[in-house]
Amino acid sequence: MGIEGVGARVARKEDKRFITGAGRYVDDMVVPGMKHAAFVRSPHAHAQIKKIDVKKAKAMPGVIGVLTGKELKADGIGNLICGWMIHSKDGTPMKMGAWSPLAFDKVRYVGDAVVIVVAETKGQARDAAEAVDITYKELKAVVDAPKALERSAPQIHLEADGNLIFDWELGDSTATNAAIKAAAHVTRMKIVNNRLVPNAMEPRAALGHYDKAEDHYTCWTTSQNPHVARLVMSAFYNVAPENKLRVIAPDVGGGFGSKIFIYPEEIICLWASKKTGVPVKWVADRTESFLTDAHGRDHVSTVEMAFDKDNRITGLKVDTIANFGAYMSLFSSSVPTYLYATLLSGQYDIPAIHANVRAVYTNTAPVDAYRGAGRPEATYLLERTMETAARELGVSPAELRRKNFITSFPHQTPVIMNYDAGDYGASLDAAMKASDYAGFAKRKADAVKRGKLRGIGMSCYIEACGIAPSAAVGSLGAGVGLWESAEVRVNAVGTIEVLTGSHSHGQGHETTFAQLVNERFGVPIDSVSIVHGDTDKVQMGMGTYGSRSGAVGMSAIVKALDKVEAKAKKIAAHLLEADEGDIVIENGALKVAGTDKNVPWFQMALAAYTAHNLPGGMEPGLKETAFYDPSNFTFPAGCYICEVEIDPETGVTEIVQFVAADDFGNIINPMIVEGQVHGGIAQGVGQALLEGAHYDASGQLLTASYMDYTMPRADDLPSFKISTSNTPCPGNPLGIKGCGEAGAIGSPPAVINAITDAIGITDIAMPASPSTVWAAIRATTKH
Amino acid sequence: MYSVNYHRAASVTEAAKLIKSGDAKLLSGGMTLIPAMKTRLAAPSDLVDLSRIKELQGVKVSGKTVTIGAATTHYDVASDEKLKKACPALAHMASLIGDPAVRHKGTIGGSIANNDPAADYPAALLALDATIVTNKREIAAGKFFTGLFETALKDGEIITAVTFTAPAKAAYEKFRNPASRYAIVGVFVAKGKDGVRVAVTGAGDDGVFRSKDIEAALTKSFMAAALDGVKVSAKNLMSDLHASADYRANLIAVMAKRAVTAANA
Amino acid sequence: MSDISLTVNGRRVSGAAEDRTLLVHFLRENLGLTGTHVGCDTSQCGACVVHVDGKAVKSCTMLAVQASGSSVVTIEGLADGADLHPVQAAFKEHHGLQCGFCTPGMIMAATDMIARHPEGLDEATVRAELEGNICRCTGYHNIVKAILAASKTMAKGSKGKARQAA
Repeated sequence: MGIEGVGARVARKEDKRFITGAGRYVDDMVVPGMKHAAFVRSPHAHAQIKKIDVKKAKAMPGVIGVLTGKELKADGIGNLICGWMIHSKDGTPMKMGAWSPLAFDKVRYVGDAVVIVVAETKGQARDAAEAVDITYKELKAVVDAPKALERSAPQIHLEADGNLIFDWELGDSTATNAAIKAAAHVTRMKIVNNRLVPNAMEPRAALGHYDKAEDHYTCWTTSQNPHVARLVMSAFYNVAPENKLRVIAPDVGGGFGSKIFIYPEEIICLWASKKTGVPVKWVADRTESFLTDAHGRDHVSTVEMAFDKDNRITGLKVDTIANFGAYMSLFSSSVPTYLYATLLSGQYDIPAIHANVRAVYTNTAPVDAYRGAGRPEATYLLERTMETAARELGVSPAELRRKNFITSFPHQTPVIMNYDAGDYGASLDAAMKASDYAGFAKRKADAVKRGKLRGIGMSCYIEACGIAPSAAVGSLGAGVGLWESAEVRVNAVGTIEVLTGSHSHGQGHETTFAQLVNERFGVPIDSVSIVHGDTDKVQMGMGTYGSRSGAVGMSAIVKALDKVEAKAKKIAAHLLEADEGDIVIENGALKVAGTDKNVPWFQMALAAYTAHNLPGGMEPGLKETAFYDPSNFTFPAGCYICEVEIDPETGVTEIVQFVAADDFGNIINPMIVEGQVHGGIAQGVGQALLEGAHYDASGQLLTASYMDYTMPRADDLPSFKISTSNTPCPGNPLGIKGCGEAGAIGSPPAVINAITDAIGITDIAMPASPSTVWAAIRATTKH
Repeated sequence: MYSVNYHRAASVTEAAKLIKSGDAKLLSGGMTLIPAMKTRLAAPSDLVDLSRIKELQGVKVSGKTVTIGAATTHYDVASDEKLKKACPALAHMASLIGDPAVRHKGTIGGSIANNDPAADYPAALLALDATIVTNKREIAAGKFFTGLFETALKDGEIITAVTFTAPAKAAYEKFRNPASRYAIVGVFVAKGKDGVRVAVTGAGDDGVFRSKDIEAALTKSFMAAALDGVKVSAKNLMSDLHASADYRANLIAVMAKRAVTAANA
Repeated sequence: MSDISLTVNGRRVSGAAEDRTLLVHFLRENLGLTGTHVGCDTSQCGACVVHVDGKAVKSCTMLAVQASGSSVVTIEGLADGADLHPVQAAFKEHHGLQCGFCTPGMIMAATDMIARHPEGLDEATVRAELEGNICRCTGYHNIVKAILAASKTMAKGSKGKARQAA
């Protein structure tokens, strides 16, 4: 490893612009003639639209256009879709209700977009939006998924009878039921995974620009995957054919899943630009984000975990109801199915598993992938149940887990996944050592003296990353392939551009991807530019989510680098009159191994472009493309241990120690990997202690700003003790597993296990806010 | 935000004239008013900015008498060396309002004129038996805070200062709403020459109030242990997503005990 | 409408704007200083923090016209030419940023915090003083580390110059 190569702790190249205020986000974009949009949104969770009167709004100062869903439909703009087909266990396809970008007949959640107003200024657009007069007939609303399945619940979509989108299963029901029947012990729990709002700090935004002369559209949007946005907007929403639509996702201020999906606003801004003849910019305010960004989680499950007399798990039966909100968001159906039930084996050797999942419409914001997407729900369910089982069985939580660990690889679980590599014991040992697990009893005794309750909890998580290979996800219902692309362009002077289909919105690709090139060719990372986020510049790519940019995106770069290297060596061999097989690349030069004969990298590149002296039949230039489709998911895993102290008088929980021991496979830049873990843990701790989206019974979102939705702040968190002990991933050329979601997946059960340990209870609802914890403590002390 | 006309007053006299125009509102730090205007919950036609009026700024301590100009920022109150000696509890309380950037702008006058039921100053002023001085009259704190976002101020009346006699002992303990960081419960205890006063913010369904039960117990003995048997009633306390009335009642007792301990330290 | 004239990053600027224009929008839209961001509606996230007359304030909670006559420093004005401010340098060195959206406000809040604590900072103080700045990416771990490191560097180094720049 060089100082800028693979494994080096290189400071980020992209930081310069961010720390000097020169980042370029969508809201920073200005196009000549650009005007501003405001949306009129439904104030009701469920209502029929009787009448929309835009007359007064159209006459307001500065107003350029006031457009409705009927006009949008008349222009042939299509409904939003969910791109992953799930079939119910009776063989019927999922029941997808219509989602018009602008509602025209019915609204189904508070925030549903109904009218767009375009005006000279944002203030004028909002003034006019208030003047739009909509007559609604309110309908009964339902926000709770189990209640939406009751006979008395209001029908939200005609297409989904009883609000049931699908009733799906995975695994062997007969074998699992038999295991439970024969068990020496069965642990049973009801597990609720609370609804979260992703809250990337940059609110969603879109700028649509229709160029009449060229009949061409440009969309600047806050997207994790601009190519997918273009594909979907072309193929399904009829905005424009792909060759006439350019999607640019410039600097994007965090995504966490919420910016994967194509939302109504970007479609409408493009359409409205054509309708009004001006470029149209919309930027969400924070409350709009709370109301309309896809939310995460929101599962209600029951679980039965069966053990034999030796405390080995013999079966796991899970029944889950997943709240999908008012509409099926782009990848919503994959989250509680193939990203969830397939991970229910955890790190454990479980012979029989059965999961049943019912997806349900409610009058709430759509729910889709949020950091971890399905895997946090699986991990929370399993690791809470393991903890309870250990307490019921009277054994150490660590040893119960260790006894059931999978120890040989590859391992085929009963729920599709084939784990390729791992060492779960190593992570558990590392975490127990780092947390001084053995010294906990003494620390607890000290805390008792100070009037505090102290608890410790662990969580051994596994996740599946990369979200690939394409053929596999295709067979499971995915509407797209999940490969990644790369193009490596070596310029005539030897500098390099890497065009990647991955998209960086905080992950540091401009640095880590350049490190990969440096490792291979010795070119300084300053001479390597990473180009991403623009469909006009970069070949088709699938974007960044599911911790896939390393395992899949960088693997594509490796494949392109392989091709570049092969050609470079051919050119060098020709110039050096040597055998191609004898050429090695060292210190920025191509050398004949074992001699001092060499040609510097830049000279080889120049030779490729002057083309004066190339091997016979070789094309000039040095530019290669690769599309990489992995052979399997990757399986990062690890062990997290959380230690808390609770003030019984107030219910305040302090995280006194948080330890993470992860296995991410090989690592390109440890500094960036650590940053990913820190951020993931903060979001997981946020879920456990602070965050929760709450609707009242009428469907009003009570937590629609930071006044009521508790974002993790610096003083809510400790510094984290993190480490890695890595087993390389055999499934990709770099041995990378991925690290983007682990923190958010592994931490919630560790925190809740610690809190329930401290209080001496079985369960507590997330977020375990001070009032919730206080009430739980009081319940234990009251008769 | 709706359209608005801004006026910067150079003196209280000028402000008093300007405030008569249209549906004008006084603007000091703007830390509550501007967010309310942004969300279109407040829609004044005019704003009269008091924040640059020199005569409204600064902390004066003369013997036991403390006078704080209405446009003095929370930061200036929190960091005033004279106040830290005369009434450290109030300086400490000011350091707990909002965050550093908010404290640089928000003012004592703005906070009490707004009388948010979760604001900190109302508890302090009520417990300190402070006097609110306006351009028209002087109003005792006990008469000033009349309900949720309601005060005894008349239309166009401008708070110019707050004055009180420094107590022998005082402290403020605040339990924050985890999201907004406003007080779910804030308890200010003060032991002055006229006895013990305990004021509670963040909890009452009609705004800041004095807890007579706690005052009675502490009058007997100004020690945390004196509160051991005191049951705070949940009646007339707010209940919301973050805290039930029962929880608030518990916190009032806990914060009061901690405040007494801090005051005695 | 009002005529607004102020000093921004050492340069005198003026322009007309509606009285309802927030300082952050005046900076971003009238002056093109897009480094200052808006991340919430409730004055809590701190992405908009700038210095007005030497003090950190939330530019989303102040009208531009209120700032007329004042001196404003934004993230664009923090570096001394090509030389990064020590807080900027520390954020880079310690990986105190990921997506970069909260970063300008974080850095402006941090320089103000360091200036207000000439006695030095500890972790608990830094965490408490970051109450008004929300980051969703970093879990604050490396932000805290960066601020502590910058505080040390600035205490050691050319005191006057660094503080003035803040």
